[in-house]
Amino acid sequence: MSSSGPGVVSISPPAIRSAPRLPASDAQRTARRAARARKLGLRTLALGYLALLLGAPLVMIFYRTFEHGLAPVWNAVTAPNAVHAFWLSIEVVAISVPLNTIFGIGMALLLERGRFWGKGLLGLLIDLPFAISPVVVGLSLVLVYGKTGWLGDWLAENGIQVIFSVPGMVLATAVVSLPFVARETIPVLREIGTDAEQAAETLGASAWQTFWRVTLPAIRWGVVYGVVLTTARALGEFGAVSIVSGRIEGQTQTLPLYVQDRFENFDSTGAYTAALVLALLALGTLLAMNLLTRRTRGRMEA
Amino acid sequence: MAIEVRNVRKSFGEFVALDDVSIRVADGALTALLGPSGSGKSTLLRIIAGLETPDSGEVVIGDEDVTGAPARTRGVGFVFQHYAPFKHMTVQDNVAFGLSVRRRPKDQIRERVRELLGLVRLDGLAERYPSQLSGGQLQRMALARALAVQPQVLLLDEPFGALDAQVRGELREWLRRLHEEIHVTTVFVTHDQEEAMEVAEQIVVMNHGRIEQAGSPRHLYESPTNEFVMSFIGPVNRLGDAFVRPHDIQILPEPDGTGTEALIERVVHLGFEVRVELKLEDGRDIWAQVTREEAQQLELTAGQILTVRLPAPRVFASQAT
Repeated sequence: MSSSGPGVVSISPPAIRSAPRLPASDAQRTARRAARARKLGLRTLALGYLALLLGAPLVMIFYRTFEHGLAPVWNAVTAPNAVHAFWLSIEVVAISVPLNTIFGIGMALLLERGRFWGKGLLGLLIDLPFAISPVVVGLSLVLVYGKTGWLGDWLAENGIQVIFSVPGMVLATAVVSLPFVARETIPVLREIGTDAEQAAETLGASAWQTFWRVTLPAIRWGVVYGVVLTTARALGEFGAVSIVSGRIEGQTQTLPLYVQDRFENFDSTGAYTAALVLALLALGTLLAMNLLTRRTRGRMEA
Repeated sequence: MAIEVRNVRKSFGEFVALDDVSIRVADGALTALLGPSGSGKSTLLRIIAGLETPDSGEVVIGDEDVTGAPARTRGVGFVFQHYAPFKHMTVQDNVAFGLSVRRRPKDQIRERVRELLGLVRLDGLAERYPSQLSGGQLQRMALARALAVQPQVLLLDEPFGALDAQVRGELREWLRRLHEEIHVTTVFVTHDQEEAMEVAEQIVVMNHGRIEQAGSPRHLYESPTNEFVMSFIGPVNRLGDAFVRPHDIQILPEPDGTGTEALIERVVHLGFEVRVELKLEDGRDIWAQVTREEAQQLELTAGQILTVRLPAPRVFASQAT
């Protein structure tokens, strides 16, 4: 189960209070009715599409999870392998997301503020993880870091195990969620321009002070959104992690891998429960961002 | 501190922004860099500030050659055309920025900010955010922010460009008075000759990356050394190679044999000033500027034929380029 980025939440405009009713002509009434029908039709279409693609499956998972009451769910949630998978997922996310955040901001600054040869190429490279299938990413990591891989001998000599262990899973997760922060930050950097940064410089701020006090606060919503997308992607990553982890039960199984494992072993309650936990984690991330954004933004840009 | 720019060149790709430019700004002077867009005036200002590095030449502030020095060590206050506010900070935090990156004591910063906000008349707005200020208020906040660190020189890029006419007028007057009060060497960029004449003590006229002429407003107006300066500073009539100021054209009540006949095509009343559009005997168009009183006395109306006396026209040696 590879989660795609969260969809944009659409908010329907507040219903327009109708003006005091004047006696309308038949033509006007027909036109108004047609417009209302059109609006209703469009709305139904959009909502229906969402319901079929997103709503129904989610509701079904919810329903199937609790189909047999709370006790089996509790058992599934507290199963040792499930707990392990949960914490492993959290661990992988907790390492790869900060890494990608720092890298993404740095890359965005480089691409948007820097002037160097090969910038265009770098901009293309950064999007590569979006284009390549996660399975290919996993395989190519094995080719480099695996036992018979390019760096395999050196890693083995130094007692570092990458493939079939956490470092490899972090690596795979980092690669597939690489572009989000940079891609969300670059347009914001472009929009804010360089004036404020130059102003800070003339006021005596060092490059470091300028970054922390002027640039970062100005781009923070782009960064936050990038982080949320990265987190969602990292949590749900299946293909790449599946290959580099070796899917060792109770050892290198993240939540998505665990869901797959339970599903294949006809433990539907286990699979549905873990899937629900995964969905709730993603939802929590989205919600946290939403709250954060609303609180601080409301104060500043009144 | 005096500013000296020597033989500065700067190109952006093929475009030559500054072509061997040298200027001197005396300590404590209020100077305008005046020119049309693309004349290199903003680039020159940014080079003085250290926001742009010259391809060759030197920049000296006080006794120090700062050519290679980064902007943050130059002790310049810079006010950007669009003010470059720190949008996530309150007005007082914006003004305090230069002091707080220098890690001055908190109470000292607070005192200085209060003083500066008083100076720029933003006392009550300390807690506001830039998005809650008008253009004129933002302008004054940017100025206070630049002044907070007690710069050796103050540089302003099109400081009044983005404001509406009335606010612009007030701020010009205010900047002049502020300069009299604090006497920091000030250079501002403008494309508006009226603004330069009104505010500056010295004007440097620029065109195509070169300096056309520098001097006091009066000097530039009365003795322009070339065609560009003459036509950029103040209104002109062009008669072939010669130039005549509209207010130097005399309209005579009675022909006295010394003048030329002319037909009034249009009389435009602009308040105190009246613009008279004339066609000369030889078919050339010209306009004269007279006061309201003169126009009334002479009873000027369109279609009237009268006599005008032209002053000795100014002719400039034709220029290379």
